[in-house]
Amino acid sequence: MTQKLGSFPGGLKLNGQKKRSTQVAIRKMPLSKKLILPLQQHIGEASIPIVSVGDKVLKGQKIAKAEGHVSVALHAPSSGTIIAIDEQPIPHPSGLSALCISIETDGEDQWIKRQPIKDFTEHTEHEIRQLIRDAGIVGLGGAGFPSFIKLNPGVHHHVETLIINGVECEPYITCDDMIMRERAEGILDGIEIMCYALHVKNCVIAIEDNKPEAISALELALGARPHLKETNVVVIPTRYPTGSEKQLIQVVTGKQVPTGGLPIDIGIVSHNVGTTYAIARSIKHGEPLISRIVTVTGREVEHAGNFETLFGTPMHELLEFCGTKRQPEEPFILGGPMMGYNLSGDHLPVTKTANCIIVGVDDGAKASTPLPCIRCGECATACPVSLLPQQLYWHSRAKDLDKAKEYNLFDCIECGCCSYVCPSEIPLVHYFRFAKTEIMNQQQEHAKADIARIRHENRLARLELEQQEKELRQQQRKAALAATQAAKVKQAAELPTEPQTTDSQETQ
Amino acid sequence: MPLSRLSSPFLAGTNRVTLQMLQLLAALIPAIIAIVYFFGPSVLITMTLAVVVALLAEAILLRLRNRPLKPFLTDGSAVVTAVLLAIALPPLAPWWLTVTGILFAIIFAKHLYGGLGYNPFNPAMVAYVLLLISFPLEMTTWLPVANLSEHPLDISSAFQFIFNGQLTSSIDTVSGATPLDAMKTQIGLHQIPAYIFQQPVFGLWGGKGWEWINLWLAVGGVFLLYRRVISWHIPVAMLIGLSTISLVTWLIAPELTGSPLFHLISGGTMLGAFFIATDPVTASTTVKGKIVFGAGVGLLTYIIRVWGGYPDGVAFAVLIMNMLVPLIDYYTQPKVYGAVKR
Amino acid sequence: MLTAILAITLLALILGLVLGFAAIRFKVEGDPIADQIDKILPQTQCGQCSFAGCRPYAEAIAAGEVDINRCPPGGEATIHALADLLEVEFKPLDEECGVEKPKMLAVIDEDRCIGCTLCIQACPVDAILGAAKHMHTVIASECTGCELCLPPCPVDCIDMVETKPKPNTWRWPDPAHIDLKLGDQP
Repeated sequence: MTQKLGSFPGGLKLNGQKKRSTQVAIRKMPLSKKLILPLQQHIGEASIPIVSVGDKVLKGQKIAKAEGHVSVALHAPSSGTIIAIDEQPIPHPSGLSALCISIETDGEDQWIKRQPIKDFTEHTEHEIRQLIRDAGIVGLGGAGFPSFIKLNPGVHHHVETLIINGVECEPYITCDDMIMRERAEGILDGIEIMCYALHVKNCVIAIEDNKPEAISALELALGARPHLKETNVVVIPTRYPTGSEKQLIQVVTGKQVPTGGLPIDIGIVSHNVGTTYAIARSIKHGEPLISRIVTVTGREVEHAGNFETLFGTPMHELLEFCGTKRQPEEPFILGGPMMGYNLSGDHLPVTKTANCIIVGVDDGAKASTPLPCIRCGECATACPVSLLPQQLYWHSRAKDLDKAKEYNLFDCIECGCCSYVCPSEIPLVHYFRFAKTEIMNQQQEHAKADIARIRHENRLARLELEQQEKELRQQQRKAALAATQAAKVKQAAELPTEPQTTDSQETQ
Repeated sequence: MPLSRLSSPFLAGTNRVTLQMLQLLAALIPAIIAIVYFFGPSVLITMTLAVVVALLAEAILLRLRNRPLKPFLTDGSAVVTAVLLAIALPPLAPWWLTVTGILFAIIFAKHLYGGLGYNPFNPAMVAYVLLLISFPLEMTTWLPVANLSEHPLDISSAFQFIFNGQLTSSIDTVSGATPLDAMKTQIGLHQIPAYIFQQPVFGLWGGKGWEWINLWLAVGGVFLLYRRVISWHIPVAMLIGLSTISLVTWLIAPELTGSPLFHLISGGTMLGAFFIATDPVTASTTVKGKIVFGAGVGLLTYIIRVWGGYPDGVAFAVLIMNMLVPLIDYYTQPKVYGAVKR
Repeated sequence: MLTAILAITLLALILGLVLGFAAIRFKVEGDPIADQIDKILPQTQCGQCSFAGCRPYAEAIAAGEVDINRCPPGGEATIHALADLLEVEFKPLDEECGVEKPKMLAVIDEDRCIGCTLCIQACPVDAILGAAKHMHTVIASECTGCELCLPPCPVDCIDMVETKPKPNTWRWPDPAHIDLKLGDQP
């Protein structure tokens, strides 16, 4: 179906590198002996454990509950025993550790009693959202935002279009492509549930034109569901970074999400295809989110492909399963080559946001010292957000962070288009990430300093008050003493004069 | 295999500074051949001298500033400055003219501002202007093309003249004006442009020989556009700016100067449009800014040519617009995605 | 000659009037300078600057009595910010006041604490919780690392511990240090 599409400025035409990992269907990664589950695999507050060391858990059992509003639950991906709740290295560019629950699996893979729902319309939208939250579902496109929040239009907003993001614009990643090819029915189930929760009928499934098999699979499945007549597959020209939410909205609808706002402000909600499928599984089959499809690809991977992997699986086991010529502790890319991180730990677990692992990038960036910026402006031409990366670079480099904020540093989506085209090979995205964390750190420090100042002033006020009260009491006591003294003297003066013999006898 | 960068992206495009500079030099080759054809091989000697001195000066300056030699000497920017300056200088320019110019360009106009990427003014144009103002005689002494076709100059004589100041072949005179110079002075003497055009220094539409050189420079420029080394905004804006003001003036007061076509293919127009004004370091960086910058260069070139004190205004126009670049960039920022109308 | 003098004098008078008018009409009401300085200081209230807290130091700077380089917890960043605000020259940190250290937090060793409340009285931001003959403990999120609780403790049970970085407070390293290893590049 043809639809008038918008476009965004800049962007890149990249070599997809998708063939290597789409030759075989999705395979299942075998169960690992140990599963390490970070309590924070999503944006928002970390989950709180509700099990203790030594507890036996079943597959799909809730082991951590949501904390605060922007949070979801966490579930055991397989049956076994909780062997530790401690700090373990997590997949993060810092290489730091965080609190994780470690499970030793017993090999039985025994499910808890699941509660599938045949007709979700028997539940209210609120109940559906809570079920999704309790199933631990977050955005599986890579960001990990709790999905139930994006299924709540709220009282002030009206959703006009639901966009299902099957674009997958970054090279090497093919997990969304495969899930669309093989599990189209599940995706449509998810769409039905989401449309119900959002009170919306119009749905667009956006797919890039380099995925013909996925397009036909979904169109075929849609053909068999006449009640979804307002759901359409829209084919988008392949260009990076169309898959980024804001850019996708601009392409599909021609509208822009206002700065500092959300897509719901212009009546749009967007979810990844993987998330849509997970929502269908959770409601229709009662299965919480315990696994995801991970693409493993790259020059050094023998059996590249997509693998259904349980969360907590150590990444090196997954890489060994695919036959990688990798040395221990050798770095690999988690995510795509344009926006991912390079990690080198061997025991890092697969988490909800781990969509792809690449070992050995073709046409990778070489290790060369960058030249100074020659002010060519190619970066500004390539930027899909119409920023001026050159100015952001100069100001970030000079640590002039206020100026960087003025040039809309926080609107940067870190897509990497600017770094890619830079003739001096300057790591621009690194500068912007550095500037952003510096600014956030500064804001935190200022907030803390403000609190410290208030506490100090309160303390001084309290001491002052205590001092005043003390003086007041002293004065009162003095006054009271003086009064009693005066009374005594007065009393003595009024008494009749008696012989002092008894007194003098007592004093001897 | 170790990854080069700490942060994504881990892919890199093929755009490189050295590649850009090499393509620029390649685009100049047809024009250089034309210059040799019309003005003799002396330009090659000047070019070689300029390149050698430029690289030497750059190496010494890099050492003094504690910078590594290899990345900066191989980026090609000094070579490009030297070649552009050599093309802009008159043929048979004495060796000390070239050396002074290129040294000033590399040392003062480039490294003292911070080296590659930090200079606000185009180094080749700074050198040209310095020489023009300090040594007006040598800078306005051009070989007449007509004479050359009868008495071709060979390379050894050229060499001797450049380094010794003496000519051994049978050229009667070696001084002459450029077409723009001739047009300007003759008009000052109240001659009509149409009659001025009959003089032997002029060819079909512009200066004899000059029109071909400008044409080949334009071809080189189109090559650069095709290879995306430069973007179309600055050359197109400059040429349109120049054509517009010259067309309007010519329609109103044709006795003031030559035709718009004359201006487009005379002097440094094409060199300026495609090679000099497009220098990324000193030109505007925003898209709208490039158009403003280019148009400004075109307008100022014409104004200086017709009403100013020098026959050709490209160098001055470029330097003046270089000064205005920060202002232009500030006021031509693009509207960021999602920016709310205030 | 006379006309020249008259012309210049008249010009000066007119411009003076314009400036005076502008000074009154466009006067900017801003924070008193001491408040602005206090906003920049880190509020550690440690007294290393030899003033009884950040506010007195800020007022002294505003009065022009002291230098801007006396705050070790604020470090170079604070001195730069003060130099920018007051439009004076940057000066490196005065060694007599202390050295710039990474942020530390006070931790009370509960086995050794005797419940004497001396540290509670010393803490300038009331970050220590406790009472006489009861366990004392430092509220980590409020501790500014000023170290004023260390001297009063009679059993020396307070240690300064470096804060461990967490993934969500981690900062990307400065790329200018990593990639441009070009001699003594600033």
